[in-house]
Amino acid sequence: MSPRRAASGGLIDRSRTIRFTFDGQEFTGHPGDTVASALLANGVSLFGRSFKYHRPRGILAAGVDEPNALVTVLRGEAREPNIQATMLEIHDGLKVVSQNRFPSLGLDVGALNQLASKLLGAGFYYKTFMGPVIGPLKGTRFWMFCEHLIRRAAGLGKAGLAPDPSRYERMNAFCDVLVVGSGPAGLMAAKAAAENGARVILAEQSARLGGSANWSEDTIDAMPARDWAAGVVADLTTTSNVTMLPRTSVWGYYDGNTIAALERVTDHKTSPRIGEPRQRHWTIRAGKVVLATGAFERPLVFPGNDRPCVMLASAAERFAVEYGILPGEKVAIFTNNDSAYRSAMTMQEAGCRIVAIVDVRTDISPAARAIAVRTGAEILTSRAVTSTEGGKKLHCIKVQDYDIRSGAVSGDARSIDADCLLVSGGWSPVINLASQAGARAEWSERVQAFLPPKDADGWVGAGAFNGTFSLEAALAEGLAAGGASAIDVPAVVDAALDIAPAPVFEIEAKGKAFVDFQHDVTADDVRLAHREGFQSVEHLKRYTTLGMATDQGKTSNVAGLAIMANALGKQIPEVGTTRFRPPFAPVTIGALAAERFGEIRPERLTPMHDWHVAHGATFYSAGLWHRPMIYGLPGETVEQAYVREVKTTREAAGIADVSTLGKIMVQGPDAAYFLDRVYTNTFSTLPVGKARYGLMLREDGLVLDDGTTWRLGRHDFLMTTTTANAGKVMQHLEFLLDVIWPELKVTLTSVTDQWAGASIAGPRSREVLAACVSGTAVDNETLPFMGIVYGEVDGAPVMICRLSFSGELAYEVYSGAGHGTHLWQALIEAGKPFGMVAYGLEALGTMRIEKGHVTGAEIDGRVTARDLHLDWMLSKKKPFVGSMMMDREGLVGPDRLQLVGIMSLDNLPLNGGAHIVEELDRENPHDSIGHMTAACYSPMLGRHIGLALVKAGKSRHGQRVFTSDPLRKRFGPVEIVSHHFYDPEGKRMHG
Amino acid sequence: MIIKCPWCGPRDSSEFVYQGEGGRTRPDQSSTDQSAWNAYVYDRVNTAGDHDEIWQHSGGCRSHLKIIRNTVTHKVLSVVFACDTQDQEKPA
Repeated sequence: MSPRRAASGGLIDRSRTIRFTFDGQEFTGHPGDTVASALLANGVSLFGRSFKYHRPRGILAAGVDEPNALVTVLRGEAREPNIQATMLEIHDGLKVVSQNRFPSLGLDVGALNQLASKLLGAGFYYKTFMGPVIGPLKGTRFWMFCEHLIRRAAGLGKAGLAPDPSRYERMNAFCDVLVVGSGPAGLMAAKAAAENGARVILAEQSARLGGSANWSEDTIDAMPARDWAAGVVADLTTTSNVTMLPRTSVWGYYDGNTIAALERVTDHKTSPRIGEPRQRHWTIRAGKVVLATGAFERPLVFPGNDRPCVMLASAAERFAVEYGILPGEKVAIFTNNDSAYRSAMTMQEAGCRIVAIVDVRTDISPAARAIAVRTGAEILTSRAVTSTEGGKKLHCIKVQDYDIRSGAVSGDARSIDADCLLVSGGWSPVINLASQAGARAEWSERVQAFLPPKDADGWVGAGAFNGTFSLEAALAEGLAAGGASAIDVPAVVDAALDIAPAPVFEIEAKGKAFVDFQHDVTADDVRLAHREGFQSVEHLKRYTTLGMATDQGKTSNVAGLAIMANALGKQIPEVGTTRFRPPFAPVTIGALAAERFGEIRPERLTPMHDWHVAHGATFYSAGLWHRPMIYGLPGETVEQAYVREVKTTREAAGIADVSTLGKIMVQGPDAAYFLDRVYTNTFSTLPVGKARYGLMLREDGLVLDDGTTWRLGRHDFLMTTTTANAGKVMQHLEFLLDVIWPELKVTLTSVTDQWAGASIAGPRSREVLAACVSGTAVDNETLPFMGIVYGEVDGAPVMICRLSFSGELAYEVYSGAGHGTHLWQALIEAGKPFGMVAYGLEALGTMRIEKGHVTGAEIDGRVTARDLHLDWMLSKKKPFVGSMMMDREGLVGPDRLQLVGIMSLDNLPLNGGAHIVEELDRENPHDSIGHMTAACYSPMLGRHIGLALVKAGKSRHGQRVFTSDPLRKRFGPVEIVSHHFYDPEGKRMHG
Repeated sequence: MIIKCPWCGPRDSSEFVYQGEGGRTRPDQSSTDQSAWNAYVYDRVNTAGDHDEIWQHSGGCRSHLKIIRNTVTHKVLSVVFACDTQDQEKPA
């Protein structure tokens, strides 16, 4: 028999034994045990080392409020740190290890930190250490080195580097009533709601439904509370409109009653069923939320309160009743309220000897006194525990006289032998979810805790959550919260104790008294924060880290506020409380991601993508699109490839896939009029069958996008946008039509994916088309510059527009997307006799730089049309979007950054993003006059060239300046020239 | 946050894109009043409380919606199509 396991009792299945390891040592337990209960049963009292001082720590609580007993679970190569031993169910083969200790839990060198504890007070990490400078030794450097070591010594568990092999799932659910918590109040609410026919979800964070009914000795409906709860659970489980979610922590309460919850589906199983995820993330949209989340017992703050075997009274009760464990043989109790007397009785009935009940109060209720007498304990009123003794286990406690009015401790300390001290400092309702939902907590003088407000929106509370600690009243509230029904409140027999505590939070005496166990924040740290001026609750939290970490201050919040209020000479409600934030309990990031990990962006591929792949294209990501960068030949570098592609295109012909261009159909009787408003130039005068280059401004007068728009019919326009801006332009146009000018009869349709497009450029491009296009002529007369014709290419209907981005004689040929590959192959075949090559983005970019055409690199949201020398496109005859804003002060003037060409004078490559400076200073670059937007090697000029936006660039043509690129260490002389490098008169494309 | 799109029904806010304050009036297209244009482009009320907003149901019907939303509580008080010139304030 395990040393601490009672001979009988508990809700565990003693007929089966489970084997697991803790720090490599094998332990046994039973189904129903947590790691905490199983280790306690085996006599383990030391569970971990504290965050900063590496003090030995044991179990404080029995559930989700446990701050100390954090362990790391090993699953193959993966390790998951900071799991509460009290929430982790055991199963065969489970491997857990303790944290924040070296070399072992029992012998930890980090405990030396305690010697330096004077240095490690609150706000340590915020302080800057400056040291003396002695010769070459700089003290500050030394401190920074120390900081590195100190930071390593502090902390919780370490995450592993191996990928998590588990699978996670996401689930959406909808219900009329979501009940959070399955204690008596929650069960009653679920039962009432189910009776009314509502769709009910009941979420319980523990494995076992029933909440406090599982560890109370109360009677409901003439049976033990746990039997009553089991009966209700059995009924609800078989009710079709009720979904029961055990092992599900509701951790977030968001707008519109959107609830986030995490279900631990297989964490407790040795071998999950095939297809079961490890955890499931629930998004629940509830009509109404019933918060029956209960209350947490608070510890008292006194020196030595963190020693192993000092435990919350309710936790001991729970371990005894639910798990059949006696945490000690000689148990002492320290309390400021009556609830600990019930715990004393329970522990005594379970088989412990209650040696003393230390109560800070002068008078205790007759009911409490009667219980104390029954337990045979010595009753020590007006007394307080002022220290604890023992190493990794408790040996004895010291008790002194205590004056509840002044808080003063006096008299000689009396030593009482005890191997377990149960502490109760009152109860704090678990209002975290309500607080997340926006509820402002209200201080209750009676309960000495923050209660949820009465006027809630979207949720209703029930039971201890409301500060209602009587079982009968809690059941009645649950019933009401579930909705009016024909059910009666069941009859109840309970200990009938009033839990209202005395307003005592801390016993001030010599020694470290912990407020926040998980972050090692002491009462003195809170006072230090006060002295250093961090007095608002928000500052207190951030400066001392009180209430941070994984437990989010579940056991420490109120005591911390009380100590700060005391230091300030204020009342707790005047100090206020911080608002709780999600998550209520830690959430596995894997569960939030679920199946969304790795490369999850959708890929946009053009209809001709497979051809590009088959023909050696290297790809480039442009947003979601994959576009050919080059079609390299074996052994070619990127530069060699694009130089070849450009040369061939400019000398003969080239073909590029332009299917990615944004394409929007603008249709309707007012379409031409609408385009006049959104483009800076006029489109209503454009004849049917012609295209025009257009420029669009934003409302603030800066350039939004450019592109050609083709008039296909009187009321039909096909607008093209740059690849990157397709979505933005669409949204801009939709906004104008939907919000600003709803009276305009225009519809917009995105047709980007409906068309496949190929651009054929070069002096022989007309011959290529003539060789394959039927149904239309393509000569200069039939198809002039910016003209549109319709025909067929190898049976596929096509639309051809003669326009040029490369500066060559060029055509864009469009077919339906389904014909894309067919069209492309036909064009490639037709081009063969003329030496046509396929070219990629690099060649396209090079040709546009040579021509000085702008793209997204120059249209960066900061440039005006005038900056880009596009003044000629700004109509003076009509207003357009941005026309009133484009000429504001600051947007005009000679000193604007203007588009120029840049030519390398040292014959070395240039880089986009490099600065342009008048004076070269490698050590301390200064006075940038602009920056490069694009750069390439120009095969036609035989030089490295680029485009740049340069201050007063227009007036600087011919000036010698420098490129300054300290990041890439590229400095050198350049010349500012016109951005038209190649064929400035445009003879080639008009030819 | 859930927005009840008058066309698609109640949908999660992730389907919508905020498109700026709703209370602004764009000057007439031909207006040359510079300060009115400045006000339209730059001035925002930034109310803490009930706030006029334009949202687009970009992941749905793509309608622009005029929404009154409380910026403190995130409660959506009313949703109507932005193009409805008539006052059709329906409760959300």
